[in-house]
Amino acid sequence: MPLLEINNLTYGTGDKSILDSFALTMEASEIHALLGTNGTGKSTLAYLIMGCEGYKPSSGKIIFDGKVVNDLKIHERAQLGITMAWQEPVRFEGISVKDYITLKNKDVNPSHYLEMVGLHPELYLHRMVDKSLSGGERKRIELASVLALNPKLAVLDEPDSGIDMLSTQDIINVITSFRKNGSSVLLITHREEIALIADKASQLCSGKIICTGTPQEVAEYYKSRQCLVCRDEVCAYV
Amino acid sequence: MSEIDNLMMAVAEAGGEKGILANEDIAHLAVNEHKILSSNKVEGLEVEAKETLTGIEAKVTVLEGMKIKNPVHLCFGVLHKRGTQKIKMDVRLEKNASASFIAHCVFPNAEKVRHIMDAVVESGEGAEMRYSETHYHGMYGGVVVIPKAVVTVGKNGRYFTDFTLTTGRVGRLEIDYTVTAGEGAVTELTARVFGHARDEINIKEKVVLSGKNSRSIIKTRVAIEDEARAEVTGITEGCAEGARGHVDCMEIVKDNAIAKAIPIVYVTNPLAKVTHEAAIGSVDKKQMETLMAHGLSPEEAVDIIVKGILK
Repeated sequence: MPLLEINNLTYGTGDKSILDSFALTMEASEIHALLGTNGTGKSTLAYLIMGCEGYKPSSGKIIFDGKVVNDLKIHERAQLGITMAWQEPVRFEGISVKDYITLKNKDVNPSHYLEMVGLHPELYLHRMVDKSLSGGERKRIELASVLALNPKLAVLDEPDSGIDMLSTQDIINVITSFRKNGSSVLLITHREEIALIADKASQLCSGKIICTGTPQEVAEYYKSRQCLVCRDEVCAYV
Repeated sequence: MSEIDNLMMAVAEAGGEKGILANEDIAHLAVNEHKILSSNKVEGLEVEAKETLTGIEAKVTVLEGMKIKNPVHLCFGVLHKRGTQKIKMDVRLEKNASASFIAHCVFPNAEKVRHIMDAVVESGEGAEMRYSETHYHGMYGGVVVIPKAVVTVGKNGRYFTDFTLTTGRVGRLEIDYTVTAGEGAVTELTARVFGHARDEINIKEKVVLSGKNSRSIIKTRVAIEDEARAEVTGITEGCAEGARGHVDCMEIVKDNAIAKAIPIVYVTNPLAKVTHEAAIGSVDKKQMETLMAHGLSPEEAVDIIVKGILK
């Protein structure tokens, strides 16, 4: 039984279709990279999987661990083992890094998870998860907190994006840590070099997967195709 | 149990340290209603306190150049269900003096209690004063708290206050602080209040940046639920070259509560700059979703966010 099975998922806002009969299957412990340029529906897919407010598919099913989760709220999905690291993680006043990482499980060692994302615990444990952190620091702490949850499925929405970008090696280290924990990862990214760490990869374009294969195959496809409609962006209309 | 034991038990319940009165190295003044129960002075600190019909009057002086090592503890309480306590404080920090004050204001059984604080603070040139006031009001909501302070911060002085009322019911709160900052002076005013049921919260804090290169921030964090009401007025006047001020107000509103924020910035010198930000509303949706994605229920997520902003 696949860990995640998305069938015929359709979602749009107003007249605009964002995901169109989208389908994806992931096995347990699989690292799956989802490549695509801006506006292809990658983050929308992440919000649909997580069950964010306002993201309800007009058709299709999201099946996690054999259970249809379409009608479950975010925390109910999280309790089943799905979680997410946001592209732009929010800040929290008055919550320390230590408390943030141990929000759900007080028994985990937050220092261990900070080290896994390349941060020195002594410098960060007692800082607040607020505006005093840079974008890169905040992203690392988000990844540390997601690692500490030891999820069955982590959706990582563009961990490589942002003003203060994490390095390729940082991302690879984090993915390796998820792999060691036995977690599955849906890795949403623009960068094919990041995708190479995955077991499988898919190319998303205009709300549809247009190519699935090994990361090398998909990265090659991603680099080689140009769209006549979107000019230099990869697109299903090629 | 003696009156002072009862008072200190209430202080401990409100998060204070029960043993502070026994420590000779720590200055303190403990008052129940209009009775001075205990006091202790340390070198460099002068305290003249006397009882009045409805409270106390105290004159506190930190002598020139003296740095008071341990915080000075002020324990003010009304342990009865009904009562009035008027505190008149005259605090003076002489040139280059420094001291921290921690005030514990406890009214654990209050059904009809009035606590009125009227303070005049003069912080001299190069002096630094920190004043932290934490309240515990019990669950009846029968407390009226009216703290008023007029503060003058001298050249290159530093003045920081932190008012916290997040445990128990507020009742009615009427904060009215005015600070005038001299040349190079730094001022930070912080207030954190959590209102429930039919609590009424009015916070008015004003900073006049009258000195060249003076700096200030007024930071207010309020959470209200049920039928509570809150109105926060943060005023900063930039009157001198290089003066910089900021007003930062955040109010979280739940249920049928109503919040209002009035930031007022007033600049009379073209080389001064004053900014403000105010956010009122329900708990931030993205913060909620982030915590829920960690497996917290919506109720747990709201609780953590509210506690965080009031921390």
